[in-house]
Amino acid sequence: MPVGVDGLRRLPGGASREIWLFTVARDGAAPERLVLRRDPPGHVIESSRKLEFELLRAAEAAGVPVPRVRWCGGDDPVLGASFFIMDFVEGETIGRKILRDPELVRARAVLPEQLADAAARLHTINAGAVGLRMPEGEGPGAAELARYADVLRSIAPDPHPALELAIRWLGARLPPPRTPTLVHGDYRMGNVIVGPQGLRAVLDWELAHAGDPMEDLGWLCVRSWRFGADTEPVGGLCARERLFAAYERAAGVAVDPAVVRWWEVFGNFKWAVICIMQAQTFLNGVKNVELAALGRRIVEMELELLDLMEAP
Amino acid sequence: MQDRPTAVELLTSVREFLEHDVLPGLEGRKRFHGLVAANVLAIVARELAGEETALVGEWQRLRDLLGVDETVPPGRLDGLRTAIDALTRRLCERIRAGDADAGPFGDAVRAHLRMTVVEKLRVANPRFLGNAT
Repeated sequence: MPVGVDGLRRLPGGASREIWLFTVARDGAAPERLVLRRDPPGHVIESSRKLEFELLRAAEAAGVPVPRVRWCGGDDPVLGASFFIMDFVEGETIGRKILRDPELVRARAVLPEQLADAAARLHTINAGAVGLRMPEGEGPGAAELARYADVLRSIAPDPHPALELAIRWLGARLPPPRTPTLVHGDYRMGNVIVGPQGLRAVLDWELAHAGDPMEDLGWLCVRSWRFGADTEPVGGLCARERLFAAYERAAGVAVDPAVVRWWEVFGNFKWAVICIMQAQTFLNGVKNVELAALGRRIVEMELELLDLMEAP
Repeated sequence: MQDRPTAVELLTSVREFLEHDVLPGLEGRKRFHGLVAANVLAIVARELAGEETALVGEWQRLRDLLGVDETVPPGRLDGLRTAIDALTRRLCERIRAGDADAGPFGDAVRAHLRMTVVEKLRVANPRFLGNAT
């Protein structure tokens, strides 16, 4: 059966993964717009496209809006790197535009509840069944903190006293252990597709892991994902209380604001470490100005951490 | 000493060329990277304009904080950077040991870090500071 591939182009964003848009035309069928997600050369954030593929399938089954996945290439040498293919979903992904586009005014009104609902649904996915290892021993907070502290100390070319201070602060206030659930790991403005009616798809599942579901709520409150709309802590959209109330209704579990706050502080720390990792990818020889520039964003999270640690 | 234009003037000229003549013709990923590149040039221009003053200030604060018995900062920029790196690594060890968890030393550390971070943001992203400057 003749198959034509047309209009291949690389989409912006995806500093750690390449994303390509293309159209497939098959005899007797309407042309389909598809997206290929692929590991770039020289990346430092290790994750599996196969796992991401399985997660997207499980998310769809759990009622989370996601692009339908079509084919997983594994480590197919044809394309030189691990990849999978999914449906193209029309809509806006750029956080700054989602928060300001006049055509998305209705979407902004309903997004907080939709984001809370999608989070509650994804937290019901059986993390073990999709092959994610459950954290052992001291609890998800301690495990994540130890993991990113190790990364910081093993790869950072410069000393970071503000981040060391954050490690002390976080270590002294660990959230109580709880039964781990699936955690998206990068649940924020910039990783969702939004249309005029609101949330269309949750993207970028590569940092998914088993852990504390409150991690996703804390990450959604990290200042960087407010894209300048700093009066609204939740992704530049609304107050924390509104997100927590909507999540409690959707998930049927109570939200402890102090635990979410811990994960927000941890989120700023983690985002600083990720920026260091990305800048390190550049320093290791991947010539990409976006990765290079991230090295100068570390200090944004350091100021936010100093503010959050001093807040009552 | 080089002739005019200065390094900052040259960087500004390249940035304006990118913004006015190149970026309007780009789209998608190239446009995004073009915007990042223009922003990087603005960062470098701000860094060059105030670097020596900022480094001397940071060195003096670290010296006072860690009780180093030196009065004159290293005379060259690379010497200053090496000295600040070494002192900051010592500060990190103190923080890891718990010395800055509370008390006057902790307060002094936080004050030093806030000043250093704000100075670095004046270079890297002044808009992030909002009214906090």
